[in-house]
Amino acid sequence: MTNNSSSNSSSNSSSSRMANQVFGSLPKSVVAILETVKDPEIPVLNVVDLGVIREVIVEGKEITIKLTPTYSGCPAMDVIGDDLERAFAVHGYSTTVQLIMSPPWTTDWITDRGRKALEEYGVAAPLEETADKDVLLNDKKLVKCTNCGSQNTKLVSQFGSTACKAMFQCEDCLEPFDYFKCLK
Amino acid sequence: METISNSKTKVISNSAVPIKELNPQFLESKENKQHLIDYLLGVADNYLILGQRLGELCGHGPNLEPDIALTNISLDMLGQVRSFYQYIAQLKGDKTTEDDIAFLRKEREYKNVLLVEQPNTDFGYVIVRQFFFDVYNRMFLGALQQSADETLRALAFKGIKEASYHERFSGDWLKRLGDGTEESKSRVQEAVNDLWIFTDELFHSTKADDAMIAAGVAPDMLQLKEYYYEKVEELLSTATLDIPEVEYFQKGGKEGLHSEHMGYILADMQYMQRTYPDSKW
Repeated sequence: MTNNSSSNSSSNSSSSRMANQVFGSLPKSVVAILETVKDPEIPVLNVVDLGVIREVIVEGKEITIKLTPTYSGCPAMDVIGDDLERAFAVHGYSTTVQLIMSPPWTTDWITDRGRKALEEYGVAAPLEETADKDVLLNDKKLVKCTNCGSQNTKLVSQFGSTACKAMFQCEDCLEPFDYFKCLK
Repeated sequence: METISNSKTKVISNSAVPIKELNPQFLESKENKQHLIDYLLGVADNYLILGQRLGELCGHGPNLEPDIALTNISLDMLGQVRSFYQYIAQLKGDKTTEDDIAFLRKEREYKNVLLVEQPNTDFGYVIVRQFFFDVYNRMFLGALQQSADETLRALAFKGIKEASYHERFSGDWLKRLGDGTEESKSRVQEAVNDLWIFTDELFHSTKADDAMIAAGVAPDMLQLKEYYYEKVEELLSTATLDIPEVEYFQKGGKEGLHSEHMGYILADMQYMQRTYPDSKW
């Protein structure tokens, strides 16, 4: 599992650096509200762990959230925007959500906690870029089965039930599962 | 400007030359602004119409995986087109919304190339149309990363990640169909022969394109034309398919002159918005 661990460590530094930048100076209560908003397609992943929150500006009870989309056409983004407004409204905030495109989102911004939540939910976390290419071309077996942990898995389809996922199957326990594609 | 390296795996360099930023006064000229809007429509309408074509296949793919893949690609294209239309709406600065641009124009006002409006004749056609477009699109987005326009640069960086997945999908299937059975080969060859005449238009430059190329906003795709055909022909050869020999190419879409298929696409696509004006999801 060298590949997996190296990808973990690379995402670790990148995602935690970003998390520090975005959330470091925010009141804890605001971060806590952010964490209640989940990705509607992957309900175990909150928007903080997904790495889509780029900037939060709090001015009294007015809050501006800059959000970056994962995939361009991902319908979850509109829902996330609405959910953020709703979550903050409960606490008396009025929220403006802005979508920003640059720099583009990457799977490196998913936090370690997020990666763990994905795995537990049955979605294999993204590998680093080269390893990801290898598995999506079906050249190498690197994706770990989320059911039994075997690395003897094969790609079923590069595209899955949502824009961010590919379909895999374990050749040992035969479990079909999703793999979160690396996006860089 | 983009450069092409001479190595076998040619890459459009996106770091060698510093980007020239657009002069802030540039868009104060009405003419420049209109050219930019027309240019953006020429780019974005390709995504809209191809996205719509692929969307028609939802639930009709040959089997589950390609069905899901094609609708995923459709979703990416519709997602990208929204960003372009939002930018156009912002440039217009009036009450125009992205929905108005997508749904309330007349046929002549759409500036997509003829290739993307060609029908889903069979899976072979779908794959060939997609491949011809994907190769172009990835090169285009690579070159657009050098645009003098900040918004376009951001959209290019975002879009190219998805475009590489698309190209891999359509390229893989083209190989599989070409180098497959006698039946799949003859049918995909027919699609290649029929759709080939629409490829040249991808490199056709309108007046708005020329103005944007001169301003450094748009890449000059003509410079990449040779590379495009090299890449496409290389894959066709791998797929054991013949490269068509055609002297005459079709064009017109970029000027708003569409094929007979376009009206039907729009009738289908605009139905809801015209029946229930201003309806929202």
